[in-house]
Amino acid sequence: MAGSRKTEMTDRDVLIIGGGPSGVAAGLELRRQGVTRVTLLDREPTLGGATRHCLHSPFGMREFGRVYIGAAYGRRLDREAAAAGLDVRTGHSVVSLGEEGVVTVTSARGVETLSARRVLVTTGAREMPRAARLLPGDRPVGILTTGALQAFVAFHGLMPFRRPLIVGSELVTQSAVLTCLTHGARPVAVVEAGPQALVRAPLGLFPGLMGIPFWRNTHITDIRGGSRVEAVTLLRDGQPVTVACDGVLLTGSFTPESALLLPTAQGVDPGTGGPAVDQSGRGRNPLYFAAGNVLRAVETGGWAFREGRAVGAALAADLRAGDPVAGPVIPVTHDDPVKLVMPSLLRRDSGMAAFRDFQVRFRHPASGVLSLEVDGREVWRRSGHWMPERRVLIPIPGVALMAERVHVRFR
Amino acid sequence: MSSPADMTSPAPASLPPGPVFDVAVIGGGVVGCAVARRFALAGAQVVLLEKGADILSGASKANSAILHTGFDAPPGSLELDLVKAGREEYLSIRDSLNLPLVHTTALVCAWTDAEAAALEGIAAQGQQNGIGGLALLTAAQARGRVPGLAGHLAAALAVEGEHVIDPWSAPLAYLTQAVALGAQVLTRCELLSGQFAGDWALLTSRGQIRARTVINCAGLFGDVVDQRLGCVPDFEIRPRKGQFVVLDKAAARHVPAILLPVPNEITKGIVVCPTAFGNVLVGPTAEEQDDRLRATVETETLRALLDHAARIVPDLKGIPVTAVYAGLRPASDKKPYRVYSRPQHRLITLGGIRSTGLSAALGLARHALDLYAAFGDVHVPPASVPAVSVPNLAETRERDWQRPDHGSIVCHCELVTRREIVAALNSPLPPGDFGGLRRRTRAAMGRCQGFYCTAALAELTAGRFATPLAVGPQGER
Ligand SMILES: Cc1cc2nc3c(=O)[nH]c(=O)nc-3n(C[C@H](O)[C@H](O)[C@H](O)COP(=O)(O)OP(=O)(O)OC[C@H]3O[C@@H](n4cnc5c(N)ncnc54)[C@H](O)[C@@H]3O)c2cc1C
Ligand SMILES: Cc1cc2nc3c(=O)[nH]c(=O)nc-3n(C[C@H](O)[C@H](O)[C@H](O)COP(=O)(O)OP(=O)(O)OC[C@H]3O[C@@H](n4cnc5c(N)ncnc54)[C@H](O)[C@@H]3O)c2cc1C
Repeated sequence: MAGSRKTEMTDRDVLIIGGGPSGVAAGLELRRQGVTRVTLLDREPTLGGATRHCLHSPFGMREFGRVYIGAAYGRRLDREAAAAGLDVRTGHSVVSLGEEGVVTVTSARGVETLSARRVLVTTGAREMPRAARLLPGDRPVGILTTGALQAFVAFHGLMPFRRPLIVGSELVTQSAVLTCLTHGARPVAVVEAGPQALVRAPLGLFPGLMGIPFWRNTHITDIRGGSRVEAVTLLRDGQPVTVACDGVLLTGSFTPESALLLPTAQGVDPGTGGPAVDQSGRGRNPLYFAAGNVLRAVETGGWAFREGRAVGAALAADLRAGDPVAGPVIPVTHDDPVKLVMPSLLRRDSGMAAFRDFQVRFRHPASGVLSLEVDGREVWRRSGHWMPERRVLIPIPGVALMAERVHVRFR
Repeated sequence: MSSPADMTSPAPASLPPGPVFDVAVIGGGVVGCAVARRFALAGAQVVLLEKGADILSGASKANSAILHTGFDAPPGSLELDLVKAGREEYLSIRDSLNLPLVHTTALVCAWTDAEAAALEGIAAQGQQNGIGGLALLTAAQARGRVPGLAGHLAAALAVEGEHVIDPWSAPLAYLTQAVALGAQVLTRCELLSGQFAGDWALLTSRGQIRARTVINCAGLFGDVVDQRLGCVPDFEIRPRKGQFVVLDKAAARHVPAILLPVPNEITKGIVVCPTAFGNVLVGPTAEEQDDRLRATVETETLRALLDHAARIVPDLKGIPVTAVYAGLRPASDKKPYRVYSRPQHRLITLGGIRSTGLSAALGLARHALDLYAAFGDVHVPPASVPAVSVPNLAETRERDWQRPDHGSIVCHCELVTRREIVAALNSPLPPGDFGGLRRRTRAAMGRCQGFYCTAALAELTAGRFATPLAVGPQGER
């Protein structure tokens, strides 16, 4: 490697990794706040992130005041970034993060290292593939996620199957159904392992409205196919059923794209699967910030954009303050079945906050009282029936920043 | 716009009447690939028949990738001799073929006092087998090498010579060298039957092939191929499935050595082991089954493997799963390798190469050539051997993404460049299916399992695979 590595020494202010809505929004905000030397890296050929392959709306309503389909929204981000004078480098894949804010990148030119005073990670989230779901059966061609399907259609005009079985019932499942129906595939059924759809009614009725059977309490017990998917056996309300199909489309179960962070000293938060950050979006290593879906899966493009903007503002303030923040962190812990709390850290002397609320999600449906305790004292409570994949917001109280312990309790 | 027919590779052509080959190798597993190389090096005209769309369609596509020393092989067995010979040859040729060697050590880990007591016997057997570099370790010493080993470790036996290799590039390199020496490789070509009358007339799914000698390397179908050749097989294949989980590269720093359990009679047991690609592998199970084709994974078993790994190395808990897979060992009704030579029929069978074939393949190939000497054919070895090397996929050597001008990255998780994909598609042994491309490049083998790259690969590979990634163009809106 020695011969081909170039080190570029700059006094860059911020290096942003990932040019989806959150990364671009952060870059725009940094520029607006007068931070001059901002480089935005993305491994894809154009900006836009996961919106690029969405051939459907709605995107952009709140940030740009009009509705785009995903692909056009990505082009808008491209134009905004150029107009704002961001140093955009597409086709640049970051391969590792150093502890001192030095990152290793590969591009058509080979390997180089780039450094900056702060690094912002906005690498997004992706759907969990078949392997990580530990799905049983053969391993033929034709098992993919919504994002992969959309890339077939949007970038290559191709279709990977004609009669897939769709797994999941999140918001993205509707994108999956729509993408199939508008591009020459007819799903045989949509199946959800749980007792009800994960999206709210009436969206939960969506497949049915399109004439596609929607089966709850149903999970895969076998996938068959020597070379391509031929059939799937399901356990439906306790009964085995085999359906012929030529693909399996796995939707949802998003997971942060935190591959770069896993091997670093700061690692990832066990709840979110993304980097642990404080109320400013700053990581355990204070040279690193993060925003967007890498913080927690999964939110809409608009949410990711606003989060990027907020973290961009906090980051600009952090740079103005000079030295990286050094003080101790206050951990934010939680009970089961709370799956995650973001931010999962607080810092007393954090500077400008990017998050006014804790974002909380549940692992599985649960009824009970959710409360926030600061040093053992309850400061917020609400009872209810809580569903997975739904965002719950708990305001971050000022007293929490003075605390030793902050805990999200569930009873 | 392309039609569905353009997506699929054309059906293989029937064979024109051709020459009489010196040797027909049945099966393109690691053993067949090594045999084709050895005979081509000896100057024989070789043809290799593989019924799958690509080589490594059977047992050889899914193993633990350990280059064994033979420390635990049955003393005095043919298997021991051939594992040692195969390992030695691998070490001597790997540099010229650009094949990796990950200098791991194996630790046979004893988790109970009873297991600890067994270690001495294992060490003694290793010594009897002529294996150096064995050392009995206390739990503290073992933890000196692998700090993450769980607290209940009782003792361990270090075996310095157990290494990890790239299980796909090795056979590819062997066969590429054979091809460079003039061997022919026919995929999607199943041996159906054969008649022996001084030489062999072989009927295949692609027509007739004539050869003076047949070497049966059909792995899971070794007994079936003997039968199809009109011989009563001397053995019966009893497939034994092994399931695996591959953990994210973040696991690698916790597992710097191959962690073996104390073996029992049936299996070497579940291994936690680094891979040449920078991941950690957990498996295999050992499950007897009748089916010779289906190697399914099962959710509960995969979970149990994850639990097992976290019990042995607690830091592995919660590390994401990158891949899951299963392979079938071509085990037989008896434990030893089932190697038979029938000079009167000019047939050599390399059967029942159960669980050490990756290590022993080059040794098996030499052994087959020794047996062949009795058939009396004389060949003139080529005056010079063309230099052949395969692209490196291992993390221990330079990869294409680290070089300038690679163009662009197609698979972000495994950092596979477009240049590597194109090179594989245009190589002397191009992949015949998606699995073949994955094995040659690692594309889509990473943590996202193709979320980002499958669509791009579908376009790049249109018209190349028997089972294409796209079934056709998108339909009308
Ligand atoms: C199938 C699907 C349908 C959706 N439908 C909708 C919808 O209808 N409406 C809606 O509002 N939202 C929708 N979303 C969600 C929306 O796309 C996301 O919320 C949004 O894109 C998240 O933005 P982000 O900036 O956090 O990450 P992303 O958009 O995921 O961007 C991350 C970027 O980081 C880059 N990157 C990652 N790793 C590296 C690296 N190592 N080096 C360099 N670059 C890297 C990636 O290339 C990518 O461009 C959908 C998402 C999917 C997958
Ligand atoms: C779970 C597992 C873990 C293992 N771990 C290790 C390890 O760490 N180290 C090690 O050294 N070994 C290991 N092995 C063992 C090793 O993988 C096998 O010994 C080896 O792959 C056997 O190779 P083969 O060429 O004999 O058989 P195969 O790979 O099965 O090759 C036979 C080929 O013949 C073809 N074929 C069959 N019938 C016909 C026909 N009629 N016409 C044409 N072609 C035909 C098949 O399609 C196949 O490609 C492991 C095996 C398994 C399953």
